[in-house]
Amino acid sequence: MATKAQSSIAVPAVNPKSRSRVSLLTVVSLALVALWLIIAAFPFFWTFWGSFKVQSDFFSKTDWQNAIYGVNTIQQTGSAFTLDGYRGAWVEEEFWRNVINSGIVVFFTVVISLTFGTLGGYALARSGRRYAFWLLMAALVFRAMPHITLVSGYLLPFFEWNIWGILPTTIIVLVAINQPFTLWMLHSFFLNIPKDMDESAMVDGCTRFQAFRHVIIPVMWPGVITTGLFSFLLAYNDFAVTAMLLSSENETIIPAINSFLGTTQVEGKVMYAVAAVVSATAPLFVLILFFQRQIVSGLTAGAVKG
Amino acid sequence: MKHRTFFWFILPTLSAMILFIALPIVSVFIQSLFVEHEQVLVVSESCGPFGCSPTTTVDVAATEKLRQEQPLGQFNGLGTYINRSHLAFAEVGEAWRTTETFRAFWKQVSNLPFYRALIFTLTYTAVVTPVVIALGLAIAVGVNNLPRMLKGPSIFISLLPFLVTPLVGSLILFWMVDSDGVIGATIQRVFNDPSLSLKASTTLTWTMLIVYGIWHTLPFSFITFYAGLQTVPEDTMEAAMIDGASKWQRMIHVIVPHLSPLMAFVTLMLLMDNFRVFEPIVSFKAEAHATSLSWIIYNDLRESGNPLYGSAGATSMMTIIGVVILLTPVLIRTWRDFSRKAH
Amino acid sequence: MLMKRLATASLFAGLMSSAAFAADCGPEGQSIRILASDFPAIHAVVEAAQANCAAAAAEFTVNHTTEARQIMNAALTPNPAEYTSVILANATLTQLMNDGLVRPLNDLVEKYKDSIPPNVLITIDGKVMAVAFMANSQHLFSRKDILEQAGVEGIPASYEEVLEAAEKIRAAGIMEHPLVMNLQTGWNVGEVFNMIYLGHGGEFFAPGSAEPSINNEKGIATLNTMKALVEYAHPDHLTHASNETQGLWESGQAALAIMWGSRGAPILDDEGSTEEVTSNTVLSAAPTVGGGSTPAATLWWDGISIAANIPDADAEATFAALISGLNPEMVAANNDDAVWLLPGFEPGPAAAGVAATAQGGARPYPMIPQMGLLHAALGSELTDFLKGGESAEQALADVETAYRTSAKEAGFLK
Repeated sequence: MATKAQSSIAVPAVNPKSRSRVSLLTVVSLALVALWLIIAAFPFFWTFWGSFKVQSDFFSKTDWQNAIYGVNTIQQTGSAFTLDGYRGAWVEEEFWRNVINSGIVVFFTVVISLTFGTLGGYALARSGRRYAFWLLMAALVFRAMPHITLVSGYLLPFFEWNIWGILPTTIIVLVAINQPFTLWMLHSFFLNIPKDMDESAMVDGCTRFQAFRHVIIPVMWPGVITTGLFSFLLAYNDFAVTAMLLSSENETIIPAINSFLGTTQVEGKVMYAVAAVVSATAPLFVLILFFQRQIVSGLTAGAVKG
Repeated sequence: MKHRTFFWFILPTLSAMILFIALPIVSVFIQSLFVEHEQVLVVSESCGPFGCSPTTTVDVAATEKLRQEQPLGQFNGLGTYINRSHLAFAEVGEAWRTTETFRAFWKQVSNLPFYRALIFTLTYTAVVTPVVIALGLAIAVGVNNLPRMLKGPSIFISLLPFLVTPLVGSLILFWMVDSDGVIGATIQRVFNDPSLSLKASTTLTWTMLIVYGIWHTLPFSFITFYAGLQTVPEDTMEAAMIDGASKWQRMIHVIVPHLSPLMAFVTLMLLMDNFRVFEPIVSFKAEAHATSLSWIIYNDLRESGNPLYGSAGATSMMTIIGVVILLTPVLIRTWRDFSRKAH
Repeated sequence: MLMKRLATASLFAGLMSSAAFAADCGPEGQSIRILASDFPAIHAVVEAAQANCAAAAAEFTVNHTTEARQIMNAALTPNPAEYTSVILANATLTQLMNDGLVRPLNDLVEKYKDSIPPNVLITIDGKVMAVAFMANSQHLFSRKDILEQAGVEGIPASYEEVLEAAEKIRAAGIMEHPLVMNLQTGWNVGEVFNMIYLGHGGEFFAPGSAEPSINNEKGIATLNTMKALVEYAHPDHLTHASNETQGLWESGQAALAIMWGSRGAPILDDEGSTEEVTSNTVLSAAPTVGGGSTPAATLWWDGISIAANIPDADAEATFAALISGLNPEMVAANNDDAVWLLPGFEPGPAAAGVAATAQGGARPYPMIPQMGLLHAALGSELTDFLKGGESAEQALADVETAYRTSAKEAGFLK
């Protein structure tokens, strides 16, 4: 349904009628897009390029052009490009362990978030009663609570119950913290699926849950995938929760990168962090490319009705 | 939907939220009404590799006894909320009485940590939110008009600022805006002023934080609006075109109204996130010129040795209240929508 | 470089195996769980302990994390605690002692006294609370070529001489901002106040109480010294912490610096800088100030503590294991990673500044329960003064009010 809408919108863009008159507005709008793409991409490509340099080039105080030409990199390694940052992060610091941990945390967070969120969002969208509205409002208030306060409150009970430092605890906390956003997004998505679909199934003798399973689940994927992508990014990029709740052997990638950065008293391995960040972005690239269509169509179907 | 069915559907998500968010909020609120027990200090001598010196220590046994008598601490009511670190009623009143001009009064008030943070937080929210919405929409429309084969890569590049972890993204930007970095040096050359430093002046630091905020959150509004554009009904657009509406008129009269529910959603999320701005301040080391409410919480919990839970709790509660106030207009709208849909 | 590293590693391994044979690991079959920061020197100590005693223990786990300070109080509160030992420093020991979470070590020290080096016991009120193994402090870094060029004789020994030298360098047109210091708002700027205030002979609190006593002539003199210093400091000084100051130094953009001793080794090594900078960098004691005789610095140590809420056998095994890690072989293998307080340490050029500062009688960072609150208040309230928007008196009054507010909440003041 949404895919159709997407392909049809491409038509006006190549429509000869609109192409014939290149208005000022079009020029301005294209210039804006071009400018934005440069601004959005520049820091990343700068980082990508710099990840093959040594620290004194990439973070040069002498001359920023060192980051481009790699003066010190040539001096120290004999070549303008070095894999030292990557080798340090992946081999020496065993960054792959953190990648595995992140993989586990992200996978389960997304799956559980979506399961809880789909059920709850569906119920909220179909209830129409006042308490459903107030539950949505409560979810917003919950989302307003600064995470750092929540996390420091968890510490003592988690230590008391001996569940601190392990992956399942972090997963369930990430699920809970991101539930308000997931719930809002999925709720607005379900509002968009016509009520008649599941209600007619119930007239045919299905229970509410059967109707949900056989009628709603097959059509809900675009919205679920979009919401899943946002859950994915929140879990993947989280620092506040993972840094405080995981012990070093269970650390995910973001706290690991933070530990490469060093502290007031000790010099860090900053280039390891830069290389790690560039490598950590690679799976995201693949993911976005893979789900690009779903993200767009999912959001369309979901949030349009507020 | 039957109450019973509703209950079973909502149970998993609700129990997760109650257990990990609602109960902590209640406990944080209760905590914020109390202050710690009196710490019983004893004078002693401390010796180490660098010699001996007189010192004081906490008499743990005596303090523990007090703690057992009253496990929560000493009741302080709303005392923490109105002390100097927070709403500072006494200090604001004092400033009002003793100053002649509004300017002098303002100077004294903005010397108080809470108000200083609030000023930056509100400015940041008020600038970043509308700019991100407007630019996000403009870019979404622009990308939508691109030839088909350019759309994919453009969407992908547009998402980059959102993908790189802020921890390192802002670290790299922090070096780029340094007066010896690529952006800082370029700006110096553009303005022909070798002493210009983005990090040394309050105005420039605020600008830098706001620009970073826009850069970092623009992908969210862009992708949402881009998706929304895909559903603009074609027949309406064509009808408008036949009526002779220009592109701009179509934008204002067809596209914007169609996207307005989406805008409500984006506004809601952006207002809330911007009001809790925190990461850029720490990563850009901007504390000298800009602090935010979330930064105050961070400071209370991390910088004071033993954390000041009461103080952090009070600031957290006020953050929630601030968010609710900011969101009220959007919420009223949602309530109307909801009532309309329900009946 | 690599060859050297390999050579030391094999030497290290050889020594370790002989040490492991001799190490006394206390009761066998106990659980040893260590929480520590993520520093190379601390890794070295813990790894040495692990090599010696992991075999004798039923469990030997280590958590090196940058968040150690944030989680340690909660981690040691339950009984049994999550960790049997925390590797900590002056300020962090106070943070644990405030909640009574570390145990006195007198019995254990008595039992293992043969393996414990002299002068490393941290004693409070006669109770040994920690065993220190390394030291750190701020001190002066100078570029002797630039000082010579500007006509400054010798290395500045006091802040007055530092200012004079900075003025000469500026007047000679060599550098506009010859000085770098860690003045980032927050912990760093508070720490600069602390060291200069101690250099002036100041006391932070009224004796025996938690009443602040910094709003006095010494406090004002301290702020005036800081103000005079920032005149010569890089314009972005309020955002400078160790990484930035080290970067400026290594790129040759500074001639005088107050930095941490632990930055000495990375600055003097051959990476990230030029021969001109490294060969002319001189590390010396922290300057004195205001005619005082002791260097204006705060001395820090890192050491071993043992949790209170754990079985005695675990405590003993943990203590014995960690003490066994403090051996001369470990020090020899990691000589340049820290300024060790242990036998076998051969101070290299990178340790010269800390050694001179300690010998000059600088004072340790105060181990006072409410110091963290005052430090935080200093960190957030002094910036307005340094930016020039406030008088020294007003700034100190603001610090005291901010401190009083949080001290009331923490129960130190009524």
